[in-house]
Amino acid sequence: MTFDVQVEVSLRPGISDPEGATIERALPALGFDGVSDVRVGKSIRFSIDADDRSTAESSVQSICEKFLSNPVIEDVSIVVSGQAEASDGSDS
Amino acid sequence: MATKVAVIQFPGTNCELDVAEVVQRLGAKPEIIFHDDHSIHNADAVIIAGGFAHGDYLRPGAIARFSPVMEPIVEFARAGGPVVGICNGFQVLTEAHLLPGALQKNARLKFRCEMVDLRVDSNDSALTSEAEVGQILRMPINHFEGNFTCSSETLAQLRDEDRVVLRYVENPNGSVDDIAGICNAQRNVVGLMPHPERASHGLLGSEDGLVLMRSVLTAAGAPVAV
Repeated sequence: MTFDVQVEVSLRPGISDPEGATIERALPALGFDGVSDVRVGKSIRFSIDADDRSTAESSVQSICEKFLSNPVIEDVSIVVSGQAEASDGSDS
Repeated sequence: MATKVAVIQFPGTNCELDVAEVVQRLGAKPEIIFHDDHSIHNADAVIIAGGFAHGDYLRPGAIARFSPVMEPIVEFARAGGPVVGICNGFQVLTEAHLLPGALQKNARLKFRCEMVDLRVDSNDSALTSEAEVGQILRMPINHFEGNFTCSSETLAQLRDEDRVVLRYVENPNGSVDDIAGICNAQRNVVGLMPHPERASHGLLGSEDGLVLMRSVLTAAGAPVAV
């Protein structure tokens, strides 16, 4: 089965985010006030073949730890979706 | 036989010729080794030169870490061989887990390209053995992601074990504790953001990088010519 994967990589809380801070400082100059806590991350999307959803999830977890994120400074959030619904679902 | 220094070149590395030139001028034999090599050709020391390995895609060093040449480098480092990463090479060494921490985008999102003063805070490392503690070295930096970051536990450990070998006199990039260069626990693997190879001749405005380059050759067990 093929699953759609969406990974969001963001800086861990407490790690400074110079990109977010620069965006935040620029906003008032454009007339947008009241914006705070700007954090910039990356969104990575791909498809993965796996026997079932939990296998897909654990592969993605491992891909994120080994490659897509640097755990020293980054956290990831993972959403796995796609064909699993069709095969798991009872209502096809 | 002259000491052999492997100068590592990934696709996108752009400082390998400068490093090789200085190594040669100091009487050792440089050999530029491309990233797809499975061997470091019996080198006595390894220098990972600066640039933009694999375009710095994903994160600086993230893809370089998986290049074939990293396997013999990790093996060499574990065996105690001197391995130095300059600028992008430092980023590669952190991604490869040969050094702790990570290099983040500079504070205020500034690309910094200028001469800076560094203070030698430990001369017990493959990169600083020929320098004096407290010595001020002037050399260029040229980076966007040189803001050294690590957990507070790692920082405490680096300080306790005297592993911060170089600090900026004036912090240019937001690095925690003004860190410009660190070494591993065995002190044979060292990473730094500044470019000693670009401070290697009076014509370049400083020769202060030579003492660091000489230290690498000393660590390689070389009789040094200059």
